[in-house]
Amino acid sequence: MIELRNSSRHFQVGEQLVKALDSVNLTIQDGEYVSIMGPSGSGKSTLLNVIGLLDRPTGGEYLLDGREVTSLDDDELAHVRARKIGFIFQSFHLVPRLTAFENVELPMVLAAMPPAERRKRAEAVLASLNLMDRAHHRPDQLSGGQRQRVAIARAMVMEPTVLLADEPTGNLDHVSGAEVLVALETLNARGITLLVVTHDDEVAARAHRHVRMRDGCIVTDETTGPPG
Amino acid sequence: MRFGDLLHLASESLVRARMRSIMMLVAMSIGVAAVVVLTSLGEGARRYVTGEFQALGADLLIVLPGRSETTGVQPGMFAGETPRDLTLDDAQSLLRIPGVERIAPLVIGSVPVSAGELSREVPVIGTTSEFLVVRNLSMAQGSFLPAGEIDRDMAVCVLGAKVRSELFPRGPAVGATVRIGDRRFRVIGILGDSGRSIGFDLQEIVVIPVSSALQLFNSGSLFRIMITARERDAMPRIQRAVRAQLARRHQGEEDVTVVTQDAVLATFNRIFTALTLTLAGIASISLAVAGILIMNVMLVAVSQRTSEVGLMKALGARGSQITALFLAEAVLLSIVGAGFGLVVGYAADWVIGRAYPALPLGPPIWAVVLAVLIAVASGVVFGLLPARRAARLDPVVALAGRR
Repeated sequence: MIELRNSSRHFQVGEQLVKALDSVNLTIQDGEYVSIMGPSGSGKSTLLNVIGLLDRPTGGEYLLDGREVTSLDDDELAHVRARKIGFIFQSFHLVPRLTAFENVELPMVLAAMPPAERRKRAEAVLASLNLMDRAHHRPDQLSGGQRQRVAIARAMVMEPTVLLADEPTGNLDHVSGAEVLVALETLNARGITLLVVTHDDEVAARAHRHVRMRDGCIVTDETTGPPG
Repeated sequence: MRFGDLLHLASESLVRARMRSIMMLVAMSIGVAAVVVLTSLGEGARRYVTGEFQALGADLLIVLPGRSETTGVQPGMFAGETPRDLTLDDAQSLLRIPGVERIAPLVIGSVPVSAGELSREVPVIGTTSEFLVVRNLSMAQGSFLPAGEIDRDMAVCVLGAKVRSELFPRGPAVGATVRIGDRRFRVIGILGDSGRSIGFDLQEIVVIPVSSALQLFNSGSLFRIMITARERDAMPRIQRAVRAQLARRHQGEEDVTVVTQDAVLATFNRIFTALTLTLAGIASISLAVAGILIMNVMLVAVSQRTSEVGLMKALGARGSQITALFLAEAVLLSIVGAGFGLVVGYAADWVIGRAYPALPLGPPIWAVVLAVLIAVASGVVFGLLPARRAARLDPVVALAGRR
């Protein structure tokens, strides 16, 4: 469960104080499917980075599964991130010199998992995303949709509880984008919490809960679909 | 992260950035190769000189007139007291010391030597027949000074090969007459080409009997007495006996210096070791330069790969893991570079050895070990800054880098 209480993220840019996140209160239950929309600079990416522990809030509290995480040090944050959170990026962020398989292995390598276990998990995840025949291709030999599915496989392989997707279909055509969304929704159906930041109304409409942001604040928060 | 995975990831990115890796490898190899080659030359020079000395015989004692101490000045020098002459009688008296095999007194002067119209100023050495054996000389033609009474004045001389060809460009020299100073000498032999000599080019000397030389130079004092012992173990005892004997003959005054070949050798050894150290130091500078190059290139690599660093952090990498990854790249490069450097250095050494077979080349082990250590250490030291810079990147900013 994600609980933000009066969370703020302020930047000092020259003379000006930028409130990327301004006293946000947000609670997301396990297994929810949430879309986050808003114009550029509304703070939706900052919200995602704060939830994903990449960015520290400058004020307020953040409880992840009941644990206050704003006071953890960098190494502890890295540990929590490795085990609880998966990221999906608009530009995929695959390591270009590694094969699909090695990219999926990467989080497990960082976690010092034994090679046999890594192999088993990576193969299982790649198979579930229909990527086994692409396992030993490098990113530049894959289509955009395949790359994003490799990125999803990589995000899933540590079995996180929360999946954070920042414009996951932004660089994809309609068909590949739909495939990627289906893949994400399949994971959500298995109980994983899914947050999708998007500009695309069609993509946002597929979520069950819709958060709209403006100027660092949440302006609307509606639940339309089945509760998580 | 497991060590094997660390190496795998680091080598993977080195292989992919081929040009960059090759440049750094070249820089590092040049540094290591420079250390290998330069120290090898220094060491070769040292071994060459040592070999020359040993060819003279390690069982050699040299007596010099005057007391020379490295640690101070004798009081007598302030009083204007000059050391007593080292005379031919002194030299002969040394033969009576048990264990002494041969003695060769030595007088040296430079006088004009002429044959017909041709004249040259060359070092003239006055000595005895024993000199040939004591200094391991060979004869090209004729014979050396005849053995016999040490104080017999004979008008015969032996020419160095170069002196011979200059004074007698045509026609035979042996049997001819040369004028040395104001006296005439008959040439009885020509020295061989043995280059084995320290301080003198033996091709450019003229050798005459010692008593003739003393008259010629109008001097009563010898320049040196060379003594060989029957066995090496007797050297310290003979050295003491020589000193005592000459002191007795000089009214109890210890006014000569007796040095062993070993002592001279040790001095040369020190000089050449210092030379090798200096060369090693100069070569190490190129290693440091290579290290700085590694730092620059790694800094560029870090800035090119900021988004990758951001991704690693998003995947749960700790700062120390990012540091380790970049550091591993720098260290791998310097280790492989050092390896190449060793190969190149030894290859260059081999080529030089081919060109100058007389030089006993071969870098000293300490220099090789040191070169490799410095190479790896500079990889660590200069890799650390870029690696830490990578580790400190803000993941949010780093991830935004490629968007």
